[in-house]
Amino acid sequence: MPGTAMQDTAATPADVPRARRTLGDPIFKALTMTFAGGILALLGVMFFVLWRASGPSIDAFGWGFLTSHEWNPVREEFGALGAAVGTLLSTAVALVVAVPVSLGIALFLAEIAPVRVRTPFGVAIELLAAIPSIVYGMWGLFILAPLMADHVQPGIAAVFGWMPLFKGPKMGIGMLTAGLVLALMIVPFIAAVTRDVFRMVPATLKESAYGMGATTWEVVKDIMIPYGRKGIYGAVFLGLGRALGETMAVTFVIGNAHRLSLSLFAPGNSIASTLANEFTEADGDVYTASLVELGLVLAVITFVILGLAQLWLKHMSAPARSS
Amino acid sequence: MAGAAASPATARRRRVNAAVMGLSTLAAFVGLGMLVWILGDVALRGMQAINWAFFSHLPAPPGQGGGGLANAIAGTLALTVVAALMAVPVGVLAGTYLAEFGAASRFGAAVRYVADILVSAPSIVVGVFVYLVMVKPMGNFSGWSGAVSLAIIMLPVVTRTTEEMLRLVPVEMREATLALGVPYWRMMMGVIYRAAAAGMVTGILLAVARVSGETAPLLFTALNSPYWMNGLNEPVANLTVTLFNYAMSPYDDWHAMAWGAAFLITSAVLALTVVSRLVLARTHRQ
Amino acid sequence: MRTRQSNRQPVTDEPPMIQEPPGKPRLEPPSPMVQEAEPVADAKISVRGLNFYYDEKQALTDNTLDIARGRVTAFIGPSGCGKSTHIRTYNRMFELYKGQRATGEILMDGVNILDPAIPALSLRHRIGMIFQKPTPFPMTVFDNVAYGVRLRGGMSRSELEGRVEEALRGAALWDEVKDMLGQQGTQLSGGQQQRLCIARAIAVEPEVLLMDEPCSALDPIATGKIEELIDEFRGRFTVVIVTHNMQQAGRVSDYTAFFYLGRLVEFGETETLFTTPRNEQTEAYITGRFG
Repeated sequence: MPGTAMQDTAATPADVPRARRTLGDPIFKALTMTFAGGILALLGVMFFVLWRASGPSIDAFGWGFLTSHEWNPVREEFGALGAAVGTLLSTAVALVVAVPVSLGIALFLAEIAPVRVRTPFGVAIELLAAIPSIVYGMWGLFILAPLMADHVQPGIAAVFGWMPLFKGPKMGIGMLTAGLVLALMIVPFIAAVTRDVFRMVPATLKESAYGMGATTWEVVKDIMIPYGRKGIYGAVFLGLGRALGETMAVTFVIGNAHRLSLSLFAPGNSIASTLANEFTEADGDVYTASLVELGLVLAVITFVILGLAQLWLKHMSAPARSS
Repeated sequence: MAGAAASPATARRRRVNAAVMGLSTLAAFVGLGMLVWILGDVALRGMQAINWAFFSHLPAPPGQGGGGLANAIAGTLALTVVAALMAVPVGVLAGTYLAEFGAASRFGAAVRYVADILVSAPSIVVGVFVYLVMVKPMGNFSGWSGAVSLAIIMLPVVTRTTEEMLRLVPVEMREATLALGVPYWRMMMGVIYRAAAAGMVTGILLAVARVSGETAPLLFTALNSPYWMNGLNEPVANLTVTLFNYAMSPYDDWHAMAWGAAFLITSAVLALTVVSRLVLARTHRQ
Repeated sequence: MRTRQSNRQPVTDEPPMIQEPPGKPRLEPPSPMVQEAEPVADAKISVRGLNFYYDEKQALTDNTLDIARGRVTAFIGPSGCGKSTHIRTYNRMFELYKGQRATGEILMDGVNILDPAIPALSLRHRIGMIFQKPTPFPMTVFDNVAYGVRLRGGMSRSELEGRVEEALRGAALWDEVKDMLGQQGTQLSGGQQQRLCIARAIAVEPEVLLMDEPCSALDPIATGKIEELIDEFRGRFTVVIVTHNMQQAGRVSDYTAFFYLGRLVEFGETETLFTTPRNEQTEAYITGRFG
């Protein structure tokens, strides 16, 4: 965190000599404090409202909502399992692809690239984060999906088609494509934070390892990654948290099918895509409440993951050692 | 001298190192390549759809051609501006609290923690929330609710960037001003905000850039409309939901329009982002 | 702690000294008539005409000296005089950074180690380095000491354990940590961490040990322990120690080199250099008139 605010204790108007204590100061402080508290209140209110609006669904299904993958608007029977599994599966695919790629990019930016190239390259990677997610979705639908259907999926099936993971029609739309688009979206986040983690390793620590005749990879593997492991966990969970909540990119390419399938080629649904596709069309109290409850489930999972990520990232800069 | 005679173990270590370095470089260039590929596709297909009509006409029914997205462009601008008007004062003041009074307090730490989480929170959940607290009680979709959901997304971003920019202003400036007998709030408004202005403004611009590309929060709030905006009390046309509807439709000319909208949004967002980061880099270097 | 015989020698046939009014500290660059370093009898490392550049800025000019085999050589001089830069050329640590380069020759056992044909990796297996601030790796005490040995592989577990114990004994740390081998290296005290780094360095049985102000961050007791270690290393390793503490240099070293503004001003046996320095600047520095 840059900057040196007011050292450790802010010089409030009360302990600064010679500051005229007008009415303005307490009002100002109260105002800023209120708005700051508003952020805490916002979180609380959001969860409260979501929970209350889930009422009809909670009353109808109870905890069974979480274990059922039934999704039948006609019979008014709903369960979160299908969409939740879809969310987790697409995110898992995204992480499997994104984490190694991000580590590689971070390593490149921190250690390999010539110094002059590092900043422009880093900016280019960060631009990937700035592209709106709906653009990713469109690109995924019109350009990636046909590619997957015509070339990539047949290719994978040729080698791995015996695995249940890769069975079924190769339509291009499905879990795998959704996972790949998600991976594209979270790579810049994980890579940027990991690069910062690598840059924080003290030079003398690295030189000690190099001085023993270690190769660059050995220094990364044995020194830099262990030294920064909290930050790296934080980076990965940050990417995970974002991927879980991602809507538009996934909605375009996941196929909007309420079914559980073992195959990555199959279409499915995530919580976010279900909400995007069905919320405005939902009629009936139970239907709407079930959708809201889906949103609540997503909110809970995401906030837990992001909460962990932030805890790790906060301790990234604090020294992990005691002297 | 053992220089040239490397043991097989050392040779293997060197090979592993070379492989990892090579893969990392490959990953970096793949990342770069994806950026170029996606931007290239968006630019190519988007530019074909951009013409004067795009900016001046209302949407035409599919198959007819000749329509534009003027109302959607205006709508996105309106929603974003209103959202900013709501989020910026609250965010700046909240960020001020964190920088000036909450640097060490547990309350400040809690606010900071929650704000950091909210920055990455799922925007569709925000949309559902605003639907429940605004659209349902009001009985109709509206531009106001759309702007509110965008404001909620902007708020934590503006709060944290304001805090960081204010922290960059040296302590000495505060002490010197206060030593003149100036009240704290006057010091903030007259001196400190001015000193941090460049950074704060770019932080706001970055937040604006981000929400202008958001779709999910608008899906259940501002919805969309084929007409010009008629006040914010009803659904408001906007680029992102239009993009969603058009792209998911089966019509080719609507697809072309969608690419045009994608190109417009992406260009605006990237331009704002790049400019903001350049200004931020210069502020940090000072 | 080793003591030395006083060994005063009359000053004869010296190059003419520039007269200087008494009491005025000399701050200009060394006079061109810097005394050539006398060759040492059995040199492990011979530096000939070493120049070093940070991009366009020249940091070392024409350094020529010998590092005696199995002895302790101290580098002294004011901050920024180039002594750290100099020793970092021995293990080519500067190659990690773009824009840093060295010209000239550094002969170790007769072979020029600045030659790019010689891989830095193999060089660093023979030369160990200790830094000013202790740098324990983020792993257990045992793994720290074993790190360099494991890199080269080919040892059984019992051989490895033996090597680790031997190294820890050699660093006078064994008794303190023998029950803590599984604890994180970062949990030791500052002085223990530095001895851990020394154990780590000597575990690979290097020929040369470079120490860059190893005691600067330590309290006097920890400093004393490390100075004892250096004394024990005599004969076993060739030690080069950079220090800004002249008393320390006087206590531990056999030879001393005085650097100023990137040049080697004077080099000789420690006793001689401290009692009868040949160069005015050396004398000025030693007597505390500047630096």
